[in-house]
Amino acid sequence: MSLDVKDIPASEAGDLGGIDHGKSGIRVLKNNIATVLIWAAFLIALIPLVWILWTVLSKGLSTILTVTWWQKDQSGVGAPGFDTNVRGARHAIIGTLEIAAATSVIAIPIAVMTAIYLVEYGRGKLARGVSFMVDILSGVPSIVAGLFIYAVWVTFFGWKLNAFCSSLALVLLMVPVVCRSTEEMLKLVPNELREASYALGVPKWKTIVKVVLPTSFSGIVTGSLLGFARVAGETAPLLILAQYTQFLNYNLFSGNMAALPTLINVNVPNMAGDQVSADRVWGAACTLILLVLVINLLGRLIGRLTRVKS
Amino acid sequence: MGKRIDVKDLNVFYGDFKAVEGVSMTVEPRSVTAFIGPSGCGKSTFLRTLNRMHEVIPGGHVQGKVMLDDEDLYAPGVDPVAVRRTVGMVFQRPNPFPTMSIRDNVIAGLRLNGVKNKKVLDQKVEESLQGANLWNEVKDRLNKPGAGLSGGQQQRLCIARAIAVEPQVLLMDEPCSALDPISTLAIEDLIGKLKEQYTIVIVTHNMQQAARVSDKTAFFNLEATGKPGNLIEMDDTQQIFNNPSKKATEDYISGRFG
Amino acid sequence: MSSSTGASLSDELPDPDGRPPLRGDDANTGRAGDKVFGGLAIGSGIVVIAMVVLIAIFLLFQAIPAIGDDKVNFLTSREWNVSGRRFGILQMLWTTVVTSVVALIIAVPFAVAIALFLTHYAPRWLAGPAATVIDLLAAVPSIVYGLWGVIIVAPKSEGLQNWLSDVLGWFPLFAKVPSVGGGTTMFLVSIVLAIMVLPIVTALTREVFSQAPAAHQEAALALGATKWEMIRTAVLPFGKPGIISASMLGLGRALGETVAVLYILSALPDSSKWTWSLFNGGDTFAAKIANSASEFTGGTSTGAYIAAGLVLFILTFVVNAVARVVIERRKAFSE
Repeated sequence: MSLDVKDIPASEAGDLGGIDHGKSGIRVLKNNIATVLIWAAFLIALIPLVWILWTVLSKGLSTILTVTWWQKDQSGVGAPGFDTNVRGARHAIIGTLEIAAATSVIAIPIAVMTAIYLVEYGRGKLARGVSFMVDILSGVPSIVAGLFIYAVWVTFFGWKLNAFCSSLALVLLMVPVVCRSTEEMLKLVPNELREASYALGVPKWKTIVKVVLPTSFSGIVTGSLLGFARVAGETAPLLILAQYTQFLNYNLFSGNMAALPTLINVNVPNMAGDQVSADRVWGAACTLILLVLVINLLGRLIGRLTRVKS
Repeated sequence: MGKRIDVKDLNVFYGDFKAVEGVSMTVEPRSVTAFIGPSGCGKSTFLRTLNRMHEVIPGGHVQGKVMLDDEDLYAPGVDPVAVRRTVGMVFQRPNPFPTMSIRDNVIAGLRLNGVKNKKVLDQKVEESLQGANLWNEVKDRLNKPGAGLSGGQQQRLCIARAIAVEPQVLLMDEPCSALDPISTLAIEDLIGKLKEQYTIVIVTHNMQQAARVSDKTAFFNLEATGKPGNLIEMDDTQQIFNNPSKKATEDYISGRFG
Repeated sequence: MSSSTGASLSDELPDPDGRPPLRGDDANTGRAGDKVFGGLAIGSGIVVIAMVVLIAIFLLFQAIPAIGDDKVNFLTSREWNVSGRRFGILQMLWTTVVTSVVALIIAVPFAVAIALFLTHYAPRWLAGPAATVIDLLAAVPSIVYGLWGVIIVAPKSEGLQNWLSDVLGWFPLFAKVPSVGGGTTMFLVSIVLAIMVLPIVTALTREVFSQAPAAHQEAALALGATKWEMIRTAVLPFGKPGIISASMLGLGRALGETVAVLYILSALPDSSKWTWSLFNGGDTFAAKIANSASEFTGGTSTGAYIAAGLVLFILTFVVNAVARVVIERRKAFSE
């Protein structure tokens, strides 16, 4: 709810009817300076976004507009400087999508149920504790999440790393994002609807499943897509947990699996002297940023188009 | 259909706070009883104890008895969900489910309670909408969202939804306070028709409405803010409005306070 | 909508119709369905608590033996030589905290101004899309920020950085550090971190500003205040606790940022001298850990990095907890 005062320019408000109500020049000047600075702050903030998009698109678009990029993996790639073939990122694209999908499958149910607990059930100490921990979890650095999974999986259990480890670390990052947005959506469902359902003799759980969740469904989808976009672009835990491979691998639970961030990371050290590595890096960055932005915008669009009016 | 309600020495609490004190009354089957009184006097709170909706608010509980014919609604082992199927409720603001069509709204209670037979449901849609005087207005757009109707139509849709689960009693909590005069009239006509089948209890701020629709009227009051509300008197509506036995009632209906 | 940032203030504010926020009702019954569903909900809540507790426990228990093996003081030494069992975090702690704090000093004024722009200055048709554009800054993956920062911005900013250290070099924070060239300094990292935390601080601040009571704003205008005076009297004071806690959340984000720092910041040689300067290189906790994953060979060497991760976890925990407490206070105040 914002107060709309743009129609009353301060410089004129003082001159109504030709009477000066004591708005001295210095006050008007301050007001104008503030307006200019505030507009400037917004315009300056656009610079990095435009610059980044321009950089990535201008350096990477030509690479990703080839069919090979989407069809081939990096098998047969030789030593840096000797290989003249960019080849594809299919292995990394599939890896990124699979890892993020596995993350979503675990994180979304936990997050949605936690939000349901907080909004529909939670009172007292436990609810405050859960709410506090969701905040803390949303602040846990992604590298710490990766380190934690490493500490459990490798140091404690002594198991071999696989792509699923990356998913587990990303679950820790996705749960708070989806939980908070779901919570917001559930709170927007008017209490009257819950009461109407109870008054029809419908048990609480069915009220939640059949009345509350459908009413907030589009918001939950939006939150989940934003969460998906966030974990798809996340790199830090993968630097600890993911074992890069040049080859396409569909199996999350066995063998190494590439992802777009690790494809970038593997090629970065060579990009200074090797155009082919640089093309791979910018191609992967371009793919990643488009993937993330498209999912992000799609999520917002779905939220806007399918919102239930009540 | 339509059962008698007997309330004996009912106290209503929210946590430690006593909201309503010492109410005893009898509501006759297939009649309309109106609750009137100033804001905060506990009439809505008391109404919600008749189908245990007040328990939904954390800390809400009662002392005393509410009998529906021979059944104590608060006896141990009674399922509040089952009580609410027997005693339906219509709220102040029309609240159709926004994700459902008109048809689905009417049969929401049945569906959510597990009725699947399409023939039964279709029949129930027509029957309930007829019962709520809404059938003719919506029969051509049963699959449109319920939220697209006017306020008065929405409220009649909510009444259709409530009677579709075949309750014995219908509670109405200021059902016309959000409606314009014409829609209000439609609801009042409907109440007159519904009382042939159901026991109806209506809370209203509008004394003319109470006088128009009800057989009996109960006047609630409270001594001061923070004190519990209580039942001052209950009598035939004619009697209450023409010749009340208590001074407070007379002051209230003659507009001297409240 | 601030969902992309993962945090929200909406639960701290009263409902639109003035009712206290819904915190569960008592419609639960003893039915099997209610028991199972309610159990799942509580269970999920407990899983969330368990996640945080397990992170703390695992990091703590695997860090303790390594810290016991440490031949130098863990907190006060600048040396980090894991194979020699000599590791102290002082240099990393300095780099992490200073880059994040400087990032915040840059980002917060911008965030407040942009939040005011979105809530009070932007024409109505622009406010929605403009907010989305700012949110998109948060959607750009940090590895892309890193690439952009080191390859594009660093060379371009070298001249500016040299000029700053020429002019302001008398001040220790801006002293010249000849050994670090190419612009890949803490100074540049701070700027990139500022851009990265800008959307989160903006989103939360915007939410609070949009809830500033319209009655106060109208009252200020009715007294003949200019728009800016109205904002200073009726909007900024109302939003202050929100700005503080949004800043803390932004600080938490900056402290833990990994890849952008890893790519941009030059590493320091082992025997480099201490300097207060922002034009130095170095390593943050997160960048050091990410860069050394290949050194995780078990025992003390892994433990040392886990200990560093534990310090980072504690830092962010404290910062986020403070953010939460500030908001809770405000909530108590506004009710």
